[in-house]
Amino acid sequence: MSVFIDKSTRLLVQGITGRDGSFHAKQMIEYGTKVVAGVTPGKGGQRFENAVPVFNTVAEAVHATQANTSVIYVPAVVAASAIFEAADSGIGLIICITEGIPVLDMTRALPFVHERGARLIGPNCPGLISPGKSKVGIIPGNICQPGKIGVVSRSGTLTYEIIHQLSTHGMGQSTCVGIGGDPLIGTNFIHCLSAFEADPETRAIVMIGEIGGTDEQQAAEFVKEKVKKPVVGFIAGQTAPPGRRMGHAGAIISGSSGTAAEKMAALEKAGISVMKRPADVVPLLKERL
Amino acid sequence: MNLHEYQARDILRRHGVPVPPGEVATTPAEARAIAERFGGKVVVKAQVHAGGRGKAGGVKLASTAAEAEAHAKAILGMKIKGLTVQKVLIAPAAEIATESYVGIIVDRASQRPVIMVSPAGGIDIEEVAAKTPEKIHRLAVDPRYGLLPHQALTLGFALYRDVKQARAAADLMQKLYEVVYAVGASLAEINPLVTTPDGSAQALDAKIVIDDNELERRPEIAALRDVSAEAPEEVAAREAGLTFIKLDGDVGCCVNGAGLAMATMDLVQYYGGAPANFLDIGGSSNPQKVVAALRIMTADPRVKVILFNIFGGITRGDDVANGIVQATREFSLKLPLVIRLTGTNEREAIEILSKAGFPALTDMDEAVKRAVALSKGKAA
Repeated sequence: MSVFIDKSTRLLVQGITGRDGSFHAKQMIEYGTKVVAGVTPGKGGQRFENAVPVFNTVAEAVHATQANTSVIYVPAVVAASAIFEAADSGIGLIICITEGIPVLDMTRALPFVHERGARLIGPNCPGLISPGKSKVGIIPGNICQPGKIGVVSRSGTLTYEIIHQLSTHGMGQSTCVGIGGDPLIGTNFIHCLSAFEADPETRAIVMIGEIGGTDEQQAAEFVKEKVKKPVVGFIAGQTAPPGRRMGHAGAIISGSSGTAAEKMAALEKAGISVMKRPADVVPLLKERL
Repeated sequence: MNLHEYQARDILRRHGVPVPPGEVATTPAEARAIAERFGGKVVVKAQVHAGGRGKAGGVKLASTAAEAEAHAKAILGMKIKGLTVQKVLIAPAAEIATESYVGIIVDRASQRPVIMVSPAGGIDIEEVAAKTPEKIHRLAVDPRYGLLPHQALTLGFALYRDVKQARAAADLMQKLYEVVYAVGASLAEINPLVTTPDGSAQALDAKIVIDDNELERRPEIAALRDVSAEAPEEVAAREAGLTFIKLDGDVGCCVNGAGLAMATMDLVQYYGGAPANFLDIGGSSNPQKVVAALRIMTADPRVKVILFNIFGGITRGDDVANGIVQATREFSLKLPLVIRLTGTNEREAIEILSKAGFPALTDMDEAVKRAVALSKGKAA
């Protein structure tokens, strides 16, 4: 088993004929992901790489191919609309890679996705990979190895760094999920921690957070109460400056919370082993396994 | 993107929010002329993208036009949190009966716009929130229906007992909520919202922060950007498509991805060094971006060494390598470079670099240790 995606994933690529979409569709096909359809309005009837059928709308693609998962590579201004379309067409798992979606668009897209019973991962995320089984998104397949460690992260390249550390020390991964760095995201740490806790293939979990918001503190509470598997954590941004913040609303709503120090303390309090640097991930996991 | 107070006031006024008059001056003489038109009794307010203006001495009351001129002379050119004041807003001094706070922000936890109001407005609102949180009333708004009249009125009564005042405040809150979606704001704040002795409610000071991701589809808002009010190296970085934040250290950091960039800065500190900046070259790789990044980092005389940390994913290692080589052809690089490069097209990248005489490392810790040693004047 693995979380969210596996061999039964039938993937649809929204924006398959675009620059990023076509490049990564090829990479995913090479990795062994079942890419069953692509969508680009106006290009319905074509075939991508002489194989994958392209449709004008997500609904048509789902009807013709029984796609159950969609990955979005369309430009930021139309990305929220692509999320609406996927959820409206019965897609159960939507992964939005696109970076730069206006946050107000997400305030409307998220309740829509939720009401239709779909799960959104991202936006502004690298997607996910279950090594040896399926890859949806942009995480380089060659740095991953099949194994027992579940990885969940708010970051992109920092996730690659951690995966790289794991793989070079022979610690493979069950699934790696990049949940995205935007303020409003569809799937948070708690959703992933709970999926990894339930996954019999995952033996330990690595969570990679960063400054801003209180998601990591809430995740720490969840780990304390609900997660029996060992968890190792990292928080990026210990040296980040407080910034010239305008206005008071941010401070009023979150108080002083959001700093790396506070998050690391919350993680430690919950029994999570906290890394001081990415290279600590392997020794800390070894201690806990 | 931060808007100036005067720009935020214009936007609010256009959306029907009562805002007292005010005009912008860039010279003391202009300030005097405006103050004369307003009858002499005015407030002179620094227009700068930093909080805490009042406490920094950037807001002053004047009782005559001559005094307004003197205040403007003192405030123009003043530095507040590292930013030079280029403009002042001159507004008639208002007689204030009460000061309240109204703010709207997109809240991560509820994933909705949250409106917060408090009868205890003014410059100490953050302290009010920390010490007497019961004085802050908040409501997460369902974006599908907007701020409903009864919700706004309930919040209005949290500010004023008088129904006329409560209604005026409720009306203003609904308009402020409309402003958020109309201009693509991630924050819209009125502090203080004042009632004057005659009972009318007015937005005396306003702050609006625009979500940068909105600017592409809102050219009229993007045009409000005041480049002169921003740190020059941050402007140069943005124009080159980079995210750059200046810090006080001496190890220049050039990284792809925000999370890895922060982790790199943290590791510099872990090994006893001090990062000079946060710099994210982003996902798409383009040699020109690397050239621009090197120019910006080397412009800071404090920087003693430049550390590249690239984990190729979408970013191709060979593109970054070509950018480094190209940059050293375009201008002479007097600083030592430490390059860590792994991931997509790593082999090609290392070949390009070693041909040009730059050794490259593949381990992050090794690279950071070497950069820190060089920043302290030690041989690597």
